[in-house]
Amino acid sequence: MLAARTRDVAGAEDALSEAFAAALADWPASGVPRAPEAWLLTVARRKLIDAARRRRTSDDAVDVIELLAEAQPEAEIPDERLRLMFACAHPAIDEGVRAPLILQVVLGFDAAAIASAFLVAPATMGQRLVRAKSRIRQAGIPFSVPGRDELAERLDAVLEAIYAIFAEGWSDPAGTQVQTRGLAEEAIWLGRLVASLMPQEPEVLGLLALMLHAEARRVARRDAAGEFVPLGEQDPQRWDGALIAEAETLLLAASRMNAPGRFQLEAAVQSAHAARRSTGRTDWMAIVALYDALIAVTGSIVVAINRAVALAELEGPAAGMALLDTLQSDRRLAEYQPYWAARAELLARLESSGAAREAYTRAIGLEADPAVRRFLQRRLAALG
Amino acid sequence: MQYLLLIYTNENAMLNAPKEAATQMISAYQAYTEAMTKAGVRVGSNRLRPTSDATTVRAPNGKASVLNGPFAETKEQLAGYYLLEAPDLDVALSWAKRCPGATYGSIEVRPVWA
Repeated sequence: MLAARTRDVAGAEDALSEAFAAALADWPASGVPRAPEAWLLTVARRKLIDAARRRRTSDDAVDVIELLAEAQPEAEIPDERLRLMFACAHPAIDEGVRAPLILQVVLGFDAAAIASAFLVAPATMGQRLVRAKSRIRQAGIPFSVPGRDELAERLDAVLEAIYAIFAEGWSDPAGTQVQTRGLAEEAIWLGRLVASLMPQEPEVLGLLALMLHAEARRVARRDAAGEFVPLGEQDPQRWDGALIAEAETLLLAASRMNAPGRFQLEAAVQSAHAARRSTGRTDWMAIVALYDALIAVTGSIVVAINRAVALAELEGPAAGMALLDTLQSDRRLAEYQPYWAARAELLARLESSGAAREAYTRAIGLEADPAVRRFLQRRLAALG
Repeated sequence: MQYLLLIYTNENAMLNAPKEAATQMISAYQAYTEAMTKAGVRVGSNRLRPTSDATTVRAPNGKASVLNGPFAETKEQLAGYYLLEAPDLDVALSWAKRCPGATYGSIEVRPVWA
């Protein structure tokens, strides 16, 4: 948020961490300030002014004047964070580093924790973050919410980065890995922040609805013994009704804006699954139709796999298999577990046990989560 | 680039694991090896016999000494390895994460000096 003032992310972070240190030193004696965030920002701004004075470049002088003018505590802290997010997810920033950058700059995660979450060597992640931050500074990437003409595209990048953070947290449902624990919650927090500031953007509401629907099922994804439970076998009563209701409200508000997009469609798929809680059944026809629309929007192979699985529920495993077969030539699938798991499941239903066995083996070998691995091993054993 | 994935696990815990868990582990490793082969990244791999079968040789100044057991006593022991061909470290790490041994021990990823 400070960086929005000075366009110097590294400097802003240093000042902020000094402010935190000052806070820790001061609070026990003086009591917790009434508005700790605003207070911290004020302290940090003072530190930054000191640092800028020390550098004494003409550029910084302008910043210092601005900073001095704004050194009063103010209420628009979230706005600063939004501008910061747009800078982090700027097209000039390498796509793979946008989500890590947001984690570090907006949420204050350290490079080592981010490295573990995104499965990258800590030194590499450190370098990528430093490079991205110096790029923001040197290329003059603005800390601002873009204008109407480019908002849609730029907002997509911000939403995708938030979703990438959510996905990292989602891949560890049991919360066993310290480094990814809470990432889903952090992403939802960011989603709520953006939704509160841009309530007129349907995709913003769509992303939040999507994350809330997924989060509502977190607990139900594991049984009492910690074993994996697939969506179709989950007890809907274990889903979080309050989160589902919130997601539905958001999705309804988004749909009234008549501008469907990727996140709204994905949230709508989840909404169709959530309906099982009240209706007792899943409307596969609606889900297939939603995936049709999603394929038209994204062209993603991941969506294509999901569509094949949904179609198998609607028209039988042979129809699903026929669709999966059309994807075969994509070489990336050799390392993509969900493709093999889907194949294995449909082949098993088609009683083609030899081919199913082979596909299960590939899926097991590509799976990193031990609970899911055990689940697939049980399925494989059940083939007889 | 080639990377060596060194699998370190608590050998005693592994040797004393219940039969069902051991069978599950072995089949998980077979599936992992298979997936790696089919993806075209596996150059080689092996499982090692326990450290009780290890012999360590040193020959300072040409004077050999031969000892029973591993080079060093550690909590986790080298249990096996995979040698893989990967475009970069990120890909090598994605395979290390999938290694069944990563659940119970640790996987050291080392680039081969080429």
